[in-house]
Amino acid sequence: MEWLDSFWSTYSTLVLSLGTNVLLALSIYLTLSCGLLSVANAAFMGLGAYTAALLTLKSGMALWLAVMAGVLLPALIALAIGRPTLRLSGVYLAMATLAFGEVVRIVILNTEALTGGALGLNGIPQLTEWYDIAAAVGMALYVLLRLARSRIGRTMVAIAQDETATELMGLNVRAFKLFAFVAGAGLAGLAGGLNAHFTFFISPNEYGFDRGVEILAMGVLGGTGNPWGAAIGGVLITLLPELLRGLGHYRPLVNGVILIVIILYSPKGLWELFRLARPSAAKATL
Amino acid sequence: MLTLSKVSKNFGGLTVLEAVNLSIPARGIFGLIGPNGAGKTTVFNLITGLLTPSAGTIEFFGQRLDGMAPFEITRRGVARTFQNIRVFKEMTLLENVLVALGDHPSYGALSVLLPLPSHRRAEARERERARELLFRVGLADKADRFAGTLSYGEQRRLEIARALATGPKLLLLDEPAAGMNSVEKDNLMGEILKLSDGALSILIIEHDMRFVMEICQRIAVLNFGRLIAQGRPEEIRANPVVIKAYLGQDDDVIGGRSGVAS
Amino acid sequence: MLAQQFVNAISLGGVYALFALGFTVVFGVLNVVNLAHGAVFMLGAYAALQAVLLFKLPLLPAILVAMLVTAGAGWLLDKFIFAPLRARQAPHLAPMIATIGLAIALNSTIQGLFGAENLRFPAEMLPADGLSFGAVQITWLEVEIIFLAFALMAVLLWGLKKTQIGWALRGLAESVKAVALVGVDVEGLFRVTAVVASLLGGVAGVLIALYSNAVFPGMGQPMLHKGIAVVILGGMGDIRGALLGGFFLGFAEVFSVAYIGSTMRDAVAFGLLFTILLLRPQGLFGHAAQRRA
Repeated sequence: MEWLDSFWSTYSTLVLSLGTNVLLALSIYLTLSCGLLSVANAAFMGLGAYTAALLTLKSGMALWLAVMAGVLLPALIALAIGRPTLRLSGVYLAMATLAFGEVVRIVILNTEALTGGALGLNGIPQLTEWYDIAAAVGMALYVLLRLARSRIGRTMVAIAQDETATELMGLNVRAFKLFAFVAGAGLAGLAGGLNAHFTFFISPNEYGFDRGVEILAMGVLGGTGNPWGAAIGGVLITLLPELLRGLGHYRPLVNGVILIVIILYSPKGLWELFRLARPSAAKATL
Repeated sequence: MLTLSKVSKNFGGLTVLEAVNLSIPARGIFGLIGPNGAGKTTVFNLITGLLTPSAGTIEFFGQRLDGMAPFEITRRGVARTFQNIRVFKEMTLLENVLVALGDHPSYGALSVLLPLPSHRRAEARERERARELLFRVGLADKADRFAGTLSYGEQRRLEIARALATGPKLLLLDEPAAGMNSVEKDNLMGEILKLSDGALSILIIEHDMRFVMEICQRIAVLNFGRLIAQGRPEEIRANPVVIKAYLGQDDDVIGGRSGVAS
Repeated sequence: MLAQQFVNAISLGGVYALFALGFTVVFGVLNVVNLAHGAVFMLGAYAALQAVLLFKLPLLPAILVAMLVTAGAGWLLDKFIFAPLRARQAPHLAPMIATIGLAIALNSTIQGLFGAENLRFPAEMLPADGLSFGAVQITWLEVEIIFLAFALMAVLLWGLKKTQIGWALRGLAESVKAVALVGVDVEGLFRVTAVVASLLGGVAGVLIALYSNAVFPGMGQPMLHKGIAVVILGGMGDIRGALLGGFFLGFAEVFSVAYIGSTMRDAVAFGLLFTILLLRPQGLFGHAAQRRA
């Protein structure tokens, strides 16, 4: 067990980050499976982080209670902006969510009294343990896997392929999209809340455009057909920089090149590779 | 059952439909024909709520359809197929139909979270219903194939199965016979006749005159957005206004089977 | 004072417009969100700087060097990344992710080659003298910046309106199939678009580097954000939108710094953006997604 202790002391941050990124990847999977290109999940993560952190800092609330509040707030905001925003589609939606993310970041920057502004929030109690993250990831994966196999998941895939045809089958497309958007926001908030309580310091710039794009990249790299795909994307994005650590200065370069290579060879994401490699179950050739 | 009263549709300065009056009773097969660009698909789009009329009203069983969201209209009992087929190519046939069954699901959303046997049974029931629908259109043996692998005619039949899955009282078929050979068309005619046995009304847009004349009880003719004739097939065939509208089209188009008026 | 700010706003706005044009044209024609545009912007700045430092070139030839380098980068981008993905009929987010990888790689390369510090143009290159009209003072540098930006925009607009390639490009933005059917070399056009767009981005990079006299590897990112804001505002893929949006942002920034203070500068831009988006989601000139059967 000594091995476990030394492993943990070196890699605990990595493992916890891994869990966070998997949660984020799952949050984007939900929105992407419906065909929604949202870059807002980083902002929702930030909202969750700040909410939970402020609650534990200022009122000593228990971790999971604070984190639940950090799930609720982004979900409610997503509900509020969802209706007008989801009228858009494709890149227009991406851009609108991008703008929203920037607005959140700027609001945080300019409310110094509450959020510490540009200096960020320091000294957040480090309450998150590995089992908190594991439980969160486990729950999220379970729910999403079940959703994927149910009529809700099927409907969302249908919406992603052809919204109009789906609507004309009597399905309330707007409601499904809103659900995906709000649930994605909540999941991202969950990731943010838990994450804040082991990094013990958060600042607005962590939840901006770059993070939002990174989350999207996780979803696309892993493949959006399946929650496992998204999880793989999250794992990859987290581990890749670590695996390349030995390369020193060239790390980002190789990182970038690997991203390009993966997309060039498997544009639908890594999950597609796994799916094709498995023995097909009497399905016709495409 | 379905009434269009003085329905007009403009796009900017372009008038696509003008004061169209159409009435479809609750049972039977009806045709909507007209030269290309006459506005037939626009009528379908208006009925199903993808477009709203610039003027006039659309009523279904006494309720106003215009202004309603498309999914609501489908739930009220109006289903359609498309001119350019819109099946979900990357899903299996079974999944395609399952999606369409989703509007009156046999299990609630929350039950998804728990692997209760009741949920599993409900899913199994849905799959049964889906298979039945595929059987009705003769595609039961291909249920697990991807929709993209089907032939054109088979994809059309899948679309019909999907439309039926919503339990419609009015079925709108947009050029169902397009791209089919004569054997397939005969089969399709048989299937449509079978379908209309129930409490179902079918409205068909079609260019194949033989097809329309054979199975429709009443036909409405559109030209340049106006309704120029309505009546039984024999009446339409002999109507000089209709014939004039089609001048410039193929002569065999009007006149029945072998180009000779029967 | 007001007139002075006006001049600043025009030069800044012109550069923003140039950058946004490159970004929006790639979206309009190739249907790709090019997140490497900021990196190309940075590349242009470094190319010009090195031309000046290493080869002792005067300013205008150095800018030409920057144009060549970034045009070449655009060519490579399309040939090795966009074209293969098109051939594979990749999902439309895939090229965007590839450009992210490219941006990371480019940033890292530049940083490895030239270090992370802020570099400057030699002082002789940036004469502080210029013209004055009453209370307004324009340096020759600003004159050059304004002139170059407007000249390039004029050439681009003229090209799109009056040349065959321009018409073909506008056709492509509407329907790739239709243009291909007419027998036009669509792949070649895509390549040209990528080249021109990168060239514009690269020039914008040099101009901003001159304007603020700062060249550093991270300069592309904030510019990319602004470019996106401009393009959202003006409407994705719309040229007029990019132009107007660029100037609008230039004015908004200059005047809000002057009269409100620099911390709120970003807030003004994005707050306005978000409100406009809620009211008119497709931007000022964009085309909303339409539903048809």
